[in-house]
Amino acid sequence: MHEMSIALAVIGQVEEAAERAGDVTAVRSVRLEVGELAGVVPDSLSFCFELACAGTLLEGAELLADPVPGRARCAPCAHEWAVGMPPSLTCPRCGGAAGDLLSGRELRITAVHWEDGATPAAPTREPIAEER
Amino acid sequence: MCRVVDLQQAVLARNDETAHALRDGLAARGTTIVNLLSSPGSGKTALLEAELTLARERSVPVAALTADLATENDAARLARSGVPVKQVLTDGLCHLEAGMLSGHLVGWLPQDTRLLFVENVGNLVCPASYDLGETLRVVLASVTEGEDKPLKYPTAFGLAHLVIVTKTDIAEAVGFDEAEFRANVERVNPGVDVLLTSARAGHGRGVLLDRALAAAEGTPPHRPVMAQPPQHTHGHEHGQAHDHGHDHGQAHDHGRDHPPQPEHPLPADALARRRS
Repeated sequence: MHEMSIALAVIGQVEEAAERAGDVTAVRSVRLEVGELAGVVPDSLSFCFELACAGTLLEGAELLADPVPGRARCAPCAHEWAVGMPPSLTCPRCGGAAGDLLSGRELRITAVHWEDGATPAAPTREPIAEER
Repeated sequence: MCRVVDLQQAVLARNDETAHALRDGLAARGTTIVNLLSSPGSGKTALLEAELTLARERSVPVAALTADLATENDAARLARSGVPVKQVLTDGLCHLEAGMLSGHLVGWLPQDTRLLFVENVGNLVCPASYDLGETLRVVLASVTEGEDKPLKYPTAFGLAHLVIVTKTDIAEAVGFDEAEFRANVERVNPGVDVLLTSARAGHGRGVLLDRALAAAEGTPPHRPVMAQPPQHTHGHEHGQAHDHGHDHGQAHDHGRDHPPQPEHPLPADALARRRS
């Protein structure tokens, strides 16, 4: 159960990115890609994330996990296949052992939705008569 | 105002960066890390004690660091070999991280160490995700654990450079089906070597040490299919540069792929994030 460590790593990276951006006031959601071979349970990660966000800039933020299926390609015969779970990483066409995993081990932050203090570029209201 | 920011960062980027720095820093002083993973009770300590003893007999400078949730029992056993040993207590944490390991090496690891064996926390799930800067990752399974263990823990077995079966002296008594075990390993990690050992009977004595020394001398370790970095199509590559953390098969290539690391062979940010 290392999902708490993963959650803390996500929070740390979002906090750093927010600090670099300068004027972030709240984080609404964090989107992750989670490969099926990444060894992380998304439900467990969401649970830990909610707990670990308390008292941080990310308090109340939602964790959105996009699952990524495992796919591999055989180097010799170029066949591509879905590896499944448990994964079959030997080429089902030629039996070759020299494949490449194309996807399935992702554990990455892809997008963050946050609020910042920037003034909207859109026109503000017209002053009312008393203000003129 | 509300903004959606395209961040694109590997979640374990910090661990991976620390692991790269540790690997490079130790390589510069001639030390190679061997990371041992298995479930609790697989016989990591017994095998390691035998290999450390052999290393000492052969005058190979080795050291061992062992991690457990509690007790110093394993360190006491390993210390019987006479080589430098350190016990790390994780206080409940289920795995070691590169920064933790790095911090424990400062002031302890003898300068002339050729091989550092790291006995990870007994767990086949969590430690699999963390690169510790090792050049050789070894996953152990005892004959009592069931032939389908590699299928149940595909990430651990799938990323191994070497698989070692332990306790083969009781294989017959427990009906261990070696062919089935090998087929299951092959399914998740085609081409990886599976070696048989029994620390009690002395069977396979020295195989781990020999493989570790070969890795230290630059023999490229097995290249697990699962260790190939995902090839993303994203245009924005930030963070992905560090996405090779688990690509142990190409550990020796890191010098080409990464800019020189700062001059602190054992990064001091060690325990920065977690007590251990």
